[in-house]
Amino acid sequence: MSNIPMEAGLLLAGILFMLGMVSVMIRRNIIFMLISVEIMLNAAGLAFIVAGSHWAQPDGQIMFIFILTMAAAEVSVGLALILQIYHQLKTLDSDAANFMKG
Amino acid sequence: METTFYIAGAVAVIATILVIMSYNLIHALLYLVVSFLAVAVVFFTLGATFMAALEVIIYAGAIVVLIIFVIMMLNLTYEDVQQERSWMKPSVWIGPSILSFVLLAELVYMVVATEAPQTTGAAIDAKAVGLALYGPYMLGVQLCGILLMAGIVGAYHLGRQKKKVVHRFLERSAAS
Amino acid sequence: MAAFLWLIPALPFAGALLLVLLGSRLPRALVTAIGVGSVGISAAITLLLGFEYLSERPAFYHQELWNWFNVAGFSPSVAFHLDALSMVFIFVITFVGFLIHVYSTEYMADDPDYTRFFACMNLFVGSMLVLVLADNMLLLYLGWEGVGLCSYLLIGFWYKEPANGYAARKAFLITRVGDTAMAIGLFMLFQTFGTLHIQTISTEAVQVWEVGTQLAVIIAFLLLGGAVGKSGQLPLQTWLPDAMAGPTPVSALIHAATMVTAGVYLIARMHVLFELAPAAQMAVAVIGAVTLLLAGCAALTQYDLKRVLAYSTISQIGYMFLALGVGAWSAAVFHFMIHGFFKALLFLCAGAIILALHHEQDMRRMGGLQKKLPVVFWTFLIGAASLAAVPLVSAGFYSKDQILWLQLAGENGSIWLYLAALLGAFITSVYTFRMVFLTFYGDSKTHVGHQPTLAIRLPLIVLAVLSLAGGFIELPHNFGHVVLFSDFLSPILPAVSVVPDFSRYEWMLQLLAATVSLSGIFIAYLIYLKKPDLRASIHRSDTAMALHRFWHSGWGFDKLYDMLLVRPYVFLAKINKQDVIDSFYTFIVRLSEFFHLLFARSQNGLLRHYVMGIVVGAIMILTITILL
Repeated sequence: MSNIPMEAGLLLAGILFMLGMVSVMIRRNIIFMLISVEIMLNAAGLAFIVAGSHWAQPDGQIMFIFILTMAAAEVSVGLALILQIYHQLKTLDSDAANFMKG
Repeated sequence: METTFYIAGAVAVIATILVIMSYNLIHALLYLVVSFLAVAVVFFTLGATFMAALEVIIYAGAIVVLIIFVIMMLNLTYEDVQQERSWMKPSVWIGPSILSFVLLAELVYMVVATEAPQTTGAAIDAKAVGLALYGPYMLGVQLCGILLMAGIVGAYHLGRQKKKVVHRFLERSAAS
Repeated sequence: MAAFLWLIPALPFAGALLLVLLGSRLPRALVTAIGVGSVGISAAITLLLGFEYLSERPAFYHQELWNWFNVAGFSPSVAFHLDALSMVFIFVITFVGFLIHVYSTEYMADDPDYTRFFACMNLFVGSMLVLVLADNMLLLYLGWEGVGLCSYLLIGFWYKEPANGYAARKAFLITRVGDTAMAIGLFMLFQTFGTLHIQTISTEAVQVWEVGTQLAVIIAFLLLGGAVGKSGQLPLQTWLPDAMAGPTPVSALIHAATMVTAGVYLIARMHVLFELAPAAQMAVAVIGAVTLLLAGCAALTQYDLKRVLAYSTISQIGYMFLALGVGAWSAAVFHFMIHGFFKALLFLCAGAIILALHHEQDMRRMGGLQKKLPVVFWTFLIGAASLAAVPLVSAGFYSKDQILWLQLAGENGSIWLYLAALLGAFITSVYTFRMVFLTFYGDSKTHVGHQPTLAIRLPLIVLAVLSLAGGFIELPHNFGHVVLFSDFLSPILPAVSVVPDFSRYEWMLQLLAATVSLSGIFIAYLIYLKKPDLRASIHRSDTAMALHRFWHSGWGFDKLYDMLLVRPYVFLAKINKQDVIDSFYTFIVRLSEFFHLLFARSQNGLLRHYVMGIVVGAIMILTITILL
């Protein structure tokens, strides 16, 4: 159907992934970190879709569905954890939760 | 179609950059929605129409709404935005950015250097996906069901409001 | 009945297991019932099995229980093999063992560790039964080591006394020297035959090796090393006197029924191999002869009642080795059996005396017990008569006389071995009756506290009867010519080939042996009872006293080993205290400690840094992938 080169799609996925990763590393707000993880997951899914489209196989899309499921579960648990952290520490600063330092 | 792909890709990148640069959580979430929608368009151009719909419904819909609910529960104020701004210093973001750029460069190099055989990308409709999903991937579907179940139980368990402070270390730090 | 063969060793093991697991919660009566009962039932089964064996006269009973393991074609089975030889041994082990257990119920009655004692004793008996019933050398070795372990546990039974722990360690380590030699011998046997099955080895060895083949000699010597270690023969005999640190019933069990006789069993069991290795067989005889003289002399000078008995055990086992060495297999086993009876009897009597005298073991503080402990006196006298081989009435005479006779009459015998044995017999009767006179005659020196009751008397009387009557199942050619015992063993152990036309001297030799034995008693009577001046004059003589001290210390073997082995070892250990090799490992420890501290710093609790660590790792891996 399309003659979009696979490299372009993969590059887009790579850039999005990299942006999400930067964000995870530079943010201290824990909700931002969660959002960034979502961006990274989305980018990974995009890479699967691109590959699946390139090979004309449904497997890529199925992987995307799995990633989607995983992201949904991860967000629900992650948000519950964030609520707990906020209740315990009265802040969203991830650096405050450093009791396990060596 | 090709032009649409590039435009949507550019929008996705720009929106994501804005997500990671904004100080206000709500603004960031709005940009995130834009980014997800743009990725959905990319899916569409790649022929994965059903996935485009799922992206809109679940990522841009459910997940973002969930995050917004939580933000509403946390009752954030203008001070939080100020704090976010104060946290974002060059000394914080330069190192990670360089690292990420190195990684990206390597990824790009690997993508470009590898000769991928040219194939004619064909659209895969939802029917083919469904057949594969409930055929060879049956076990995966069931595992996903278990994962979601675990997610629900975990979220319920963690989300319960405990009146008492549970951990003695946390208690001490909360007191200090 | 043969189907119950496995029960004989299994019951003591089950008893030991029960006592170890539940012992602390069981009432004492039940502990006694389990501890004594398990061995008792074993003894009963052994008797029944023995009757069946005697009436059916099969070559052997064989019972395969299960396959132990199967690795690369080597699959030793846990299987029991009962033939005439093992029949004699299990009879002595279970029966004498049972009597000793009965005795122990009273002897150990006041001990807080009553349960542990019976658990160890049961394990001991069980291990020994496995040893003699084993169908292959590996299972035999299991029993062999089990016996070693139990001897350690029991010699160090009163472990709160450091000396007892030392004695236990000494016994364990010294027998370990022999065991190692034996293990190497087993390896070489396996390398040659590809199996450790005893019957197979016995049949194949004759085909594979000629008499005097070097490999056969080496293996026989290595097995002899194991036997020497377990049986307390020269040069590994030093543990046995110290093993007296354990409770007296333990000494009785070690010396009469189990442990020390394992070496005799091993050599008798592998007699085919020793017949193929004349040099090793000669060594067995020489070791036996030298040991019986050395131990006899040492026994002459001991004051501790139990140490005298310990040295006499070494000496009597020397006789067995002597018999084995000249190929008089059945004579050795016969002497083993009789020795089992009278040595158990003597030890149990000694235990009764020690118990009566409030744990006094020094003979110099005994005396005059003849009237006070009549049962013990008479039974001890019977045991002593048997040990000293008093002619005609005692069983020891018949078994020892056979050995003496075969030294000259056997084709492998020699006049020197005979003279050594004869001299040994003289010394034996001297020290035996020295013991009797010092303990039971003269003035009473210590108050008698505890009169033995039925649990002690019964085993004593039974053993005394056996010590007297046991000899009549094998009488010399010219004197009744009863050969029940050697007939019984003849399918397994070949008869010794007697020099032709020699039997006309038999009367003379018997007379000589009897004279020697009686004169020994007479001399003991003179020195220790009739003429105290004689004893005093000996005490005044410097050379005699020096010899006395030398013998008292067991010919100085302990000192010799201490100087030759222990001191240099300790010296080397001291030099190498800052171990060179160890410093390498210390370095590794330091290094890992250093890295631990380094990396612990990275564990700073900041999520962002962890993510950064992951990214750096990803970059590294990708870089490597690209570069390669």
